[in-house]
Amino acid sequence: MNQPAPSPSSPKLPVNLAANPKLSSWLKFLPQGQVTVSPGKVEIGQGIVTALAQIAADELDIDISRVQMVRASTAVSPNEGVTSGSLSVQQSGRAMRHACAEVRQIFLQLASERLGVDIASLGVEDGTISGPGNVTTSYWELAEEVSLDRDAAPDVKPKPATRRVLAGNSVQRIDIPDKVFARTRFIHDWALPEMLHGRILRPEKSRAKLTGLKDGNVRAMSGFVAVVRDGSFAGVVCETEHGAEAALQALRKGAVWADGEPLPDESDLAAFLKAAPSETTIIDKRIASSPGAKKRTLQRQYTRPYIAHASIAPSCAMAQWNGDRVHVWTHSQGVYLLRTDLALVLKLPAENIIVEHMEGAGCYGHNAADDVALDAVLLAKATGGRPVRVQWSREAEMSDAPFGAAMAIEIEADLDAEGEIIDWRHSIWSNGHVARPGRAVQPALLAGFELEDPFPRMISTNPPQANGGGGDRNAVPLYDFPSWQIESHRLTTMPIRTSALRTLGAQGNVFAIESFLDEIATERDEDPVAFRLRHLTDERAKDVIRAAAERARWKPEKQPGIGYGIAFARYKNTGAYCAAVAEIESAEDIRVRKLTLAVDVGEAINPDGVINQIEGGAIQATSWVLKERVRFDRQRITSTNWTEYPILRFSEVPEVEVELIQRPEMDPVGAGEAAHGPVSAAIANAVFDALGVRVRHLPITRESIIAAMGSTL
Amino acid sequence: MPSVRFRLNGVEIDVHADSDRSLLDILRGQIGMTGPHFGCGAGECGACNVMIGDRAVAACDTPLWSVADKDITTIEGLGTPERPHPLQRAFIAEQALQCGYCVAGILMSAAALLKRNPMAGSREVKEALDGNLCRCGSHNRMVRAVLRAADEMAAE
Repeated sequence: MNQPAPSPSSPKLPVNLAANPKLSSWLKFLPQGQVTVSPGKVEIGQGIVTALAQIAADELDIDISRVQMVRASTAVSPNEGVTSGSLSVQQSGRAMRHACAEVRQIFLQLASERLGVDIASLGVEDGTISGPGNVTTSYWELAEEVSLDRDAAPDVKPKPATRRVLAGNSVQRIDIPDKVFARTRFIHDWALPEMLHGRILRPEKSRAKLTGLKDGNVRAMSGFVAVVRDGSFAGVVCETEHGAEAALQALRKGAVWADGEPLPDESDLAAFLKAAPSETTIIDKRIASSPGAKKRTLQRQYTRPYIAHASIAPSCAMAQWNGDRVHVWTHSQGVYLLRTDLALVLKLPAENIIVEHMEGAGCYGHNAADDVALDAVLLAKATGGRPVRVQWSREAEMSDAPFGAAMAIEIEADLDAEGEIIDWRHSIWSNGHVARPGRAVQPALLAGFELEDPFPRMISTNPPQANGGGGDRNAVPLYDFPSWQIESHRLTTMPIRTSALRTLGAQGNVFAIESFLDEIATERDEDPVAFRLRHLTDERAKDVIRAAAERARWKPEKQPGIGYGIAFARYKNTGAYCAAVAEIESAEDIRVRKLTLAVDVGEAINPDGVINQIEGGAIQATSWVLKERVRFDRQRITSTNWTEYPILRFSEVPEVEVELIQRPEMDPVGAGEAAHGPVSAAIANAVFDALGVRVRHLPITRESIIAAMGSTL
Repeated sequence: MPSVRFRLNGVEIDVHADSDRSLLDILRGQIGMTGPHFGCGAGECGACNVMIGDRAVAACDTPLWSVADKDITTIEGLGTPERPHPLQRAFIAEQALQCGYCVAGILMSAAALLKRNPMAGSREVKEALDGNLCRCGSHNRMVRAVLRAADEMAAE
């Protein structure tokens, strides 16, 4: 207690560098003028590998073509946890920038000694270090004399923003040429020597137990290698993928299942969520210094359904055993976290397991990547050391992977005689939004729940508000209401498996808050842009709203069948600012014609990369809002293909305009999840503008519009 | 085992396999050509699209027997880094993807369109790509890239 508090001015290492301080774990110099850069974050379709290469090249003063990015692996990479939450540039980027700045400094120091010139007179150009009198050396000439097996020191300062050459520019993504020329990058396209193919048998009825398995016909099939069964987990391994598919069909015929566990009533999600056992947390409370006089209370309820990740590729993994050691190839978002869970299931020390990342299809959260990795590991036990590749089916991907959690949100606002908000109460009923691997004493992997000696099914939880919250993400208003109470009811049962999907609860909460605000502004006959600006104090927030409104020429003249809506959020209340204006057309269905967005991510390392992420987020959110809803009856998930779970198509995609407000002097934050909430609410508000109908239950379809007519709740 | 003969990326090929198996299964399995991607296995997503003549078709939904004597082009046959197809150049120039898993099929849908209709406009491009799903939301960039390639081809 008597220790002096650390001085606030003493320099600190970026968090991920402090956790992985050895410089050589971040970068190494190769003899032929190359540098390998090894982040713990992974490419999931968001372009992070390019952004990190830009940061490294900038700080080292080398051409970006000299940078070779290393895929994350528990064998070599720094442990940067999970690639999620729009934190990669923020966390990994800062660590990389600092590590490279320090390495540059170490080399300059040595160059100064070798060349006999003052360090301050040295400059670096594409890795060549030169000083007065044409003395030169280079990183690569000096590399043998420098050991980077040393801990990072906090007192090195990276370059100021004004001296960065690459960061802030739209460098072309380094992975794109491979992808348009079909050079192997995806795990799905990889083939290991002697590789076998596996398929997993899972029940149609939710969580049904496997009580019998006749596999005689399977064993007689050509190319058959093994049937693996452990409790309700079962799978088959064959020489070819085609053979494995055929064997799975045969195995299914011989399977006997007990009844599963009942699913909730899909037609009344709010009733289910509000009646289920839950744990209540007060997320935030603000008390007015002088409470206003309440004239009346408005109360509204909003819901969003379960949403599927629905990646275009089904999840895939490869595994190979060597004695009691196993090597796993995965498109997981967190190689170390997956390793932790594999160690729990296999009852092996983590050191016996190497988990190596390979790219999969676009990843929008905790999908089945980790599950299929355990599937492959379990099947590969039966092959005498030959590697096994397992790929899920489309149906499995759409029903057995975790979903984004359904939410019911109730907001009450007390208004005074002038219709001003004097108190705001926001309540959320939802399963937790995170059940990721590697964070608990029990594993989060599907097969782990199915074994003869099973692990308990993990019930999703919510990260604390300090980490952005979960179901309550973005539930605390950004507006200056005098008092509020935000509470979260997290379900303690989980009949439908949920975990992290892009934005966690933010999409639902922003949809609710921004819809309700629009309704209150309309009742007051006040312009929704002016209303929001009047209740905000943060200038960066106001700037994105003004920029989006201006760019969309807010508010265009009324035309029949056309509507305009606006919404705003700052992701996690600490991340990217984003405002969206939606223009919709109401015909037989709702069609979003145009989305105009303004976004502020602080320093944009790769502006086109940020715009690409915002465009993608806006289009994905449009798909969620207009089309998406996981369907189920009381026994099984029924939306197991693209007909039953449609997503937005080319002919339905809106035009998207993005204005990026550049702030190179501010810390960079991620862009991947900033657009979903604002776009969702902007569309709903535009639907009201066109039709005079408030749709409070997603998705917004012809049916939900008809149901909303005449309903005030 | 019956044999089915067809041209794959300009090369005559004989495949010995059950002719009811899907073309995708044969391409990715027996032939080891992994450009066409598996997405759904039901012809619903377009990730496995290849070009047969001047039409894009889902290889997962195309039985082997039906391609006898046909001309099949996969993304591997579209162009190379040294001699890229205008579409490949345009997709790089427009940075027209995020994860890129769907792109192999989208490029083939677009290539088939431009083969049939080199003057295709935005509406035709969207129609031609409507059977291809993209989950990352790169649609508008892809449409721009196809139009850019069309312009480039028209100028040649």
